[in-house]
Amino acid sequence: MTSALELREVRKQFGRTEIIRGVNLDIAKGERHALIGPNGAGKSTTFNLISGRIAPSSGTVKLNGVDIGGLPPYKINRMGLSRSFQVTNIFHRLSVFENLRCSVLWALGYRYSFWHRLEQLRDARERAEAVLELIGLQGRHDTLAGLLTYAEQRALEIGITIAGGAEVILLDEPTAGMSRSESDHAVELIRRVTVGKTLVMVEHDMSVVFGLADRISVLVYGEVIATDTPQAIRNNRSVKEAYLGSTLDEPAGTH
Amino acid sequence: MEFLTISLLNGVSYGLLLFMLSSGLTLIFSMMGVLNFAHASFYMLGAYLAYTIASKIGFWPALVVAPVLVAGVGALVERFGLRTVHKFGQVAELLFTFGLSYLIVEGVKLVWGLAAVPYAIPPELNGALFKVFGSEFPKYRAFMMLISVAMLAALYLLLTRTRIGLVIQASLTHPEMVEALGHNVQRVFMLVFAGGAALAGLAGMIGGNAFVTSPSMGESVGTIVFVIAVVGGMGSLPGAFIASLLIGIMQTFAVTIDASLSDLFSLAGVAVTDNTAMSSLLRMPVSQVAPILPYLLMVLMMILRPRGLLGKREG
Amino acid sequence: MKPLIQASAGSDMQRRGLLQSAHSLRWIIWGATALVMLVLPLVFSSGFAIALLSQIGIMIIFALSYNMLLGQTGMLSFGHAVYSGLGAFVAAHVLNQIGASHFPLPVSLLPLVGGFGGMLFGVLFGYVTTRKSGTTFAMITLGIGEMVAASSLMFPGFFGGEGGVPTNRTVGHAVLGITYVIALWCLVSMIAMYAWTQTPLGRIANAVRDNPERAEFVGYNTQRVRFLVMVLSAFFAGIAGGLSVIDFEIVTAENVGAAQSAGVLLATFIGGGAFFFGPVIGSVLFVLFAVALSNLTPAWLLYLGLFFVLVVMYVPGGVSSLLMKQVPLIAARKLHRMLPSYAAVLGAAMMVLCALVLTVELVYKLQIDSDNGTAMRLAGLSFDAASWAPRAVAAMLWVLGALASRLAAARLRDAWDRVQREIAGSNA
Repeated sequence: MTSALELREVRKQFGRTEIIRGVNLDIAKGERHALIGPNGAGKSTTFNLISGRIAPSSGTVKLNGVDIGGLPPYKINRMGLSRSFQVTNIFHRLSVFENLRCSVLWALGYRYSFWHRLEQLRDARERAEAVLELIGLQGRHDTLAGLLTYAEQRALEIGITIAGGAEVILLDEPTAGMSRSESDHAVELIRRVTVGKTLVMVEHDMSVVFGLADRISVLVYGEVIATDTPQAIRNNRSVKEAYLGSTLDEPAGTH
Repeated sequence: MEFLTISLLNGVSYGLLLFMLSSGLTLIFSMMGVLNFAHASFYMLGAYLAYTIASKIGFWPALVVAPVLVAGVGALVERFGLRTVHKFGQVAELLFTFGLSYLIVEGVKLVWGLAAVPYAIPPELNGALFKVFGSEFPKYRAFMMLISVAMLAALYLLLTRTRIGLVIQASLTHPEMVEALGHNVQRVFMLVFAGGAALAGLAGMIGGNAFVTSPSMGESVGTIVFVIAVVGGMGSLPGAFIASLLIGIMQTFAVTIDASLSDLFSLAGVAVTDNTAMSSLLRMPVSQVAPILPYLLMVLMMILRPRGLLGKREG
Repeated sequence: MKPLIQASAGSDMQRRGLLQSAHSLRWIIWGATALVMLVLPLVFSSGFAIALLSQIGIMIIFALSYNMLLGQTGMLSFGHAVYSGLGAFVAAHVLNQIGASHFPLPVSLLPLVGGFGGMLFGVLFGYVTTRKSGTTFAMITLGIGEMVAASSLMFPGFFGGEGGVPTNRTVGHAVLGITYVIALWCLVSMIAMYAWTQTPLGRIANAVRDNPERAEFVGYNTQRVRFLVMVLSAFFAGIAGGLSVIDFEIVTAENVGAAQSAGVLLATFIGGGAFFFGPVIGSVLFVLFAVALSNLTPAWLLYLGLFFVLVVMYVPGGVSSLLMKQVPLIAARKLHRMLPSYAAVLGAAMMVLCALVLTVELVYKLQIDSDNGTAMRLAGLSFDAASWAPRAVAAMLWVLGALASRLAAARLRDAWDRVQREIAGSNA
C-alpha cells in the first residue's frame, strides 16, 4: 500500500550549511503523525520541503507515490496536500468568511473564472459556512481577519488549511502561543477536522502530541533519530538524551 | 581598431557613471527595502548645485561640497518624509519617492529656470588625455573613471572594514536585533539614505558637465538605472556593476553603428526591398534603435531569467 | 463548545435579509449614477464644461481599470498608459478605415476596438511584466512604458511619426452626442468592472494582494492570476483609449508616455484604492487639477506633485478613505461633533495654501517670467512681485498658517479620540 507521504534521504543545504541531513519518513494514509524535536532541528524546514515552499537539495518527497520534490506550492496543493503556518498566514483584509471561500474556490473547480458571480455559487458558500461552523467562528462571519484575536486567527489558519478538502494535512505548531484551555480547544478542533485524513503535525506541546498522535518522529539536527508509537518514544534513550531529559516525562505542556 | 578602443573606453566611463548611480540605488534598496524613485533627481540636484557652487568657489571645492549638500537633502527627506511613510508599507514608500522626484524637478525649474544651464568642464580637465591612432580620449572621461573607481573602492572599504559598515550590514537583515544591541538603527537608515543620495549627487556633479545639465536630465538616466537594477538583479551590487558596464558599453557602441538588420540579411544574400514586411524596421540603423536597447535587454532578461543576472530567487 | 444551530440559523436569515437590501441599494446607486451622468451635461453645458465632463468620463474608466491592478490585486504599475495608448492607436487606425468606408462598424462601438487592442498588448507585455511581482514588477512596467514611448518614432506606420495619427469621427454626432457616448461607455465599464470584483477571479485577486504566498498554498498560481488581471485591466484601459480617439480625434506618442501613466496613478491613488468609487472621485479631482488648474497657473505641476506627496504621507487611503471614515460617525449621529474641528483644520489649511500659492507664484514670476516685467495679478489683486510687500505677506501667512495648523491638528486629534470613545462606549 502506498504511503500518503514518503521522504527518502531528503537533504537541504543553505549555502554551505546543511540543515536537513538525510530525513526519512513514511506516513501511512489516515495516520496522525507528530514531528517533534528541539528548537532548530529543522521541523519547519522539513514542512517547507514537503509543501513546496523550498526545494530539496537532494532526495525524494513523494505524495501518494508521486514525486513532488521541487514542484511549486500550488501544484502540490492541487494534488491533495495542504499546510498551515506557524506564523499566522491569513488574508488580513478579507472577512473571515471570504478567507474560507477563497480557500475552496480552486478545489471546487472555479479556477480563474471571471464569469461566475460569487453570490450565486451555492457550493462555495455552503462549504465555507460549513468550515466556519467547524472552527467555531460563526460569530465572526464578516469580521476582517486582521482584527481577530490571536486564538481566533489560529483557528482560521486551520480552517483555511482544511477548507479545500485536501487529504494530507500539515499543521505547523497549531497551538503555538495558546493558553492551556485554548490548546485543549484546538486539539478538539484538530481531531474533528482531520477525521479520515492524514495528519502530520509539528508540535512542542507534549500533551497535545501524546493526545493526538498515532506515531511520533523525532527530528534532531536535521535527521530523524526515531520513529515509533508515543509510548515507545517516551522510553527511548536517545530521544531522552536529545531533550536533555526535560519535557518528555511531564504530562502538561511547558508553555 | 582605434574606434573600438575609444568607444570601449567611453563605454566603460559611462558604465562606471551608471554604476555610481545604480550602486546608491541598490544600497538603499537592499538596506531599507525602499526603491528610491527620486534617485535620478538627486543626480540632477548634484549637477545643478555643482554648477552654482563651482561658479562661486571653483570646481574642486564643489567636488566635495555639492555631494555633501545633496546628502543633506537626502537626510532631510528620510527624516521628515520616508520615516512618516514607512509605516504604510512599501507601496507608499515607493509612491512617496515617486512624488518627490517630480517635486524636486519642479523645484529645480523654479530656482534655475527651464533651460539647460552652462555647467562646463573646468579648463584644467579639458582636452585630450592621450591619442590612440589619431583619435582623442578626453581627459575628463578619464577623470570620471578615476572618481568613480575611487568612490566605489572607498564604499567597499567602508562597508566591509569599518565598524559603521558592519552595523549597516547587520541592520540590513536584522534591524531589531541591531537596535537591541544599542545602535540607533533609525540613524543608520538616515545615513544610508543620505549616503546613497551623496553618491547620486557626486555622479551628477561629474556627469552634469560631460553631458547636459537640464531639468530633464534625470528622466532618461533614471529609467536606465532602474533597468540596470532589474537586469542585474534587485539588491545585488555585483549584478548592478555588470549590468551597468554592459549597458554603458552597449549604448556607446550602438549609437555609432549605422548598419541595420537588412545589411545583415544582404550578407546572407537576402535583399530587403520596400515590399518586404516590416521593411522600415529591418532597414533601421542600429543607432536609431539604440534608445530602446536597454529595455529590450530587460525584456529578454525577464523572459529568460526573471531574477536578473545575480539576483536572489524570491522565496 | 457553543450551541450553534439556533444562532446560526438566525444570523443566516439576518444575513439573507441584509443581502436583499444590499441588492436593492446597489440598483439605487447605479440608477442614481446613470441619472447624474444624464443630467450633468445638460446643467453644465458650456463648451469648456462639456470638454471637462468628457475627459472625466474617460479618466474614470482609465482609473478604474488601473485600480483593478493597484487596489484589487496590489500591483503597482508605472506604465499603464501603454495599454490605453496602444489601444487608442489601434482604434484610430480602425476609425480611419471606417471613414474610408473600408470597415463597417458604427463609431459608437469603436471603444470596443480600443479595448481589444489594449488587451492584445496586455497579453504581449503582460507575459513579461507579470513574471515578477512587487517593486520589481513596478520597475519592469516603467521600462516597458519607456520602451514603447521611445519606439514610437521607429514605427511611423503605426505611430504616425511625430504628428501622431489624426482621425475624424465621421458619422456626424453633435458634440452633445459624443458626451453621451462617453457617458454610456463609462457607465457600462463601471458596471462591468464592479461585477468583476464579485467574481472568483476578483476575490482571488484580493487574496493575492493580501497574501500571495498563502494564495499559492490554497491552489492558485499567483503569477497566472496577476497575468489575467493585467489582461482584463488592459482591455478596459483600451476602452478608455478608444474613447479618447473619439473625443480628441488624434492620438500621439504622448498617449503612451510617462505623463499619462503617472496621471492615472495619481488619480487612482488620490481617490483611494480600497473602495470601488475611490478612483471615480480621484478622476474628478485629477481632471479638475490638471485641466482647470493648468489654465490658471504655470506652477500647476508643482501643486499637483505637492498634493500627491501630502496624500501619500497623511492620507494614504485617499479621499475615499476619509469619506468612509465618516460613515460610523453618521451611523452614530455624531458627525456634527467633528464639524468644528474639521472647519478649524480647513481654515488652517487655507492659510497655508495661500502662503504656498503666493510664494510659488512670486518665485515663478521673478525667476521664469521676469521678461514681462514684475507686475502680476493673483486672486483679483494686482501687485509688483519685486516689492517687499507681497513677500512680507507671504512670510506672515506661513507663520500664522504653521501655528494654526499645529493647533487645529491637535484639536482634531482630541475631538476624534473623544468621539471614537463615545461610539465604542455606546456599542459595548
